[in-house]
Amino acid sequence: MQTSQIAAPQDLIATHDIPPARRSAGKWLITLATLALAAIVLYQGLYAAGQTETGFANWRPVLYAYLAWGVALGWGQVLMRGEGGKRALFVLPAILFTVAVVIFPTVAGLYIAFTDWNLASFDGRSFNGLANFWALMHDSYFWNALRNMGYYVLAVLVQYAIAFGLALLLNAEIRARKFFRVAFLMPFMLSPVAVGWMVGKSLMEYRFGPAATLARHLGWENPAFFASPWIARFSIMAMDAWVWIPFVMILLLAGLQALPKEILEAAKVDGANGWRSFWQIIFPLMLPVSITAIIIRIIFQLKLADIVITVTSGGPGGSTDTVSSFIFREYRDRSNVGYGTMVAEFYFILIALFVALLLWGSSRWMKRVTG
Amino acid sequence: MASTMKAQSGMATRPYTYREPQSELASNTKRIAGKVAIYTLLILWTFIALFPIYWTITTSFKVAVDVTQGHMIPWVDYTPDWRGWRSIGLSPDTIFSTSTVREEFMKRFLNSAIMAIGASLLAVILGSLAAYGLVRFDYKFAIWRNRDISFFFLSQLILPPVVLAMPFLVLYKELALLDTRIGLIVVYTLMVLPIVIWIMRDQFRGIPVELEQAALVDGCSTWGAFMRIVLPISLPGMVAAFILSVVLCWNEYFFAALLTSTNANTLPVMVASQTGSQGINWWSMAALSTAAIAPLAIVGIFLERYIVKGLTAGAVK
Repeated sequence: MQTSQIAAPQDLIATHDIPPARRSAGKWLITLATLALAAIVLYQGLYAAGQTETGFANWRPVLYAYLAWGVALGWGQVLMRGEGGKRALFVLPAILFTVAVVIFPTVAGLYIAFTDWNLASFDGRSFNGLANFWALMHDSYFWNALRNMGYYVLAVLVQYAIAFGLALLLNAEIRARKFFRVAFLMPFMLSPVAVGWMVGKSLMEYRFGPAATLARHLGWENPAFFASPWIARFSIMAMDAWVWIPFVMILLLAGLQALPKEILEAAKVDGANGWRSFWQIIFPLMLPVSITAIIIRIIFQLKLADIVITVTSGGPGGSTDTVSSFIFREYRDRSNVGYGTMVAEFYFILIALFVALLLWGSSRWMKRVTG
Repeated sequence: MASTMKAQSGMATRPYTYREPQSELASNTKRIAGKVAIYTLLILWTFIALFPIYWTITTSFKVAVDVTQGHMIPWVDYTPDWRGWRSIGLSPDTIFSTSTVREEFMKRFLNSAIMAIGASLLAVILGSLAAYGLVRFDYKFAIWRNRDISFFFLSQLILPPVVLAMPFLVLYKELALLDTRIGLIVVYTLMVLPIVIWIMRDQFRGIPVELEQAALVDGCSTWGAFMRIVLPISLPGMVAAFILSVVLCWNEYFFAALLTSTNANTLPVMVASQTGSQGINWWSMAALSTAAIAPLAIVGIFLERYIVKGLTAGAVK
């Protein structure tokens, strides 16, 4: 691994000989652009608030103004700081983009969360303080969905175990490895919505689905995959695992292939059998990759929605509901924007804390294990 | 070939241990049993991974009676029929006649393709530039340093779509971007940008600084060195990031369902809307699903190398 963070070229290029005229030109450019943007925002803002008569039909001119401001900002940087400005140009577009696209919606979202806003009612938006929050605290459907998320996150460990097994298989001395790798990766390429139909609605269909037929042959008389809470939950987990196991497997396989060969050979010579050499050598060496894979996978799992929405819509009785699918129904079927957004913001805070805790805990644990 | 080489070298490493002929035989048997077990498991999982796809493709050529009787193998226990494909206007006899379903399908297919490719391109451009800057230079924006900027980008990965969905709906209404392709492209770019930055950071770290320093000595500017030296070297990484982004955008459902209605609808929305209706025709649903997954299945077969590269970037140190 290279630690080439800081390039040396600072010494190669003089950054201090920028004429003062150019420097002040840059300063003026940025100031003027900022003023122009502020003026347009104010102009349209007053019109939208009903204070003035004239304005644009929508806010799109403000978007163009923001883009122009971004260009002016970058140009001004180059004028003012020369080489340093040119370097800033690398990272500036992405920052401006992300800030515009994340910060505004987050702030707007916080506002919406504290309003009583149902698209289906005629009253429109009205501020209602913490009412949504108290409603959320007493909403058993939400807490039920949150508990389900706990189950779904635990299912990641099962996915990890299966994926590890598959990665070991692919790492063994086999022929046609490329074929098996492509075949194993395939489910990951498919859209969860299509998987919802292919597997959930067709393969597992009660009357004619092959999975149901197979289950009947195996002695399950009434193979209804989505009728009782736990079976439905397991069916959703199975579909989710089918889609995501390849992802974990690929990460673990890369980890296995990066293991130092000498250590494995040494283990063989020592006469360690497969099981022991796995637990004593391979598994500990694979811990860093495993932790990475599991954490990334959990982060994705917290967004689980598509399969649940298309296959069960959270049923039966909310037993397969995820928080995302719950909010989706809140928006889609009940048009309850204010409340749905409150749930979303609350959930976001919860998972941000959870992921932070997870990262902190795993890094501490790794330090202790690896010493 | 490789396996026999490995076996020989494995034998060569332990010539010192004396083995009874019987134990040689026993270990041979054991090895063969191990091989059989490995291949059995491999084939079993191949079946699990591919059967739903096989089932979907074959069902698109079935008629009602084949579905209800659980026929599985075309030409053996049922005769393939174009009914499913006819219903979406893609069978040989309807492909040249007008079909509203096909037009709808093609529109959404095109939407999906344009959005996935557009968003991925935008994300790869923005993300590569940012990743390069973060790897090579030291930034200081107010109190923000490289670590903070990187964390800011990567933390977007945690953001669940539900948090952004409604604010985006409000924002896009004001900006007149609802139900437009550009609107969804922006959302998708945001969605894949952290992943692209993650991959490209790893990619740029692997390039020795000396190359750029040489270019700078030769009179290139910072951007010139990036364009002429770094870009060509890091192209495989960019392709990997691009393809992974395309996969994620093509399959996205949540935003597409909430932010589009008639103009900018994508394929997953079409598939989902068909699934919801009662008494679905299996054959047409199967044909629709097949058509929706086909592009990515082909990508998966031919560009698997890049997907693996993209997925594993930065995970293995």
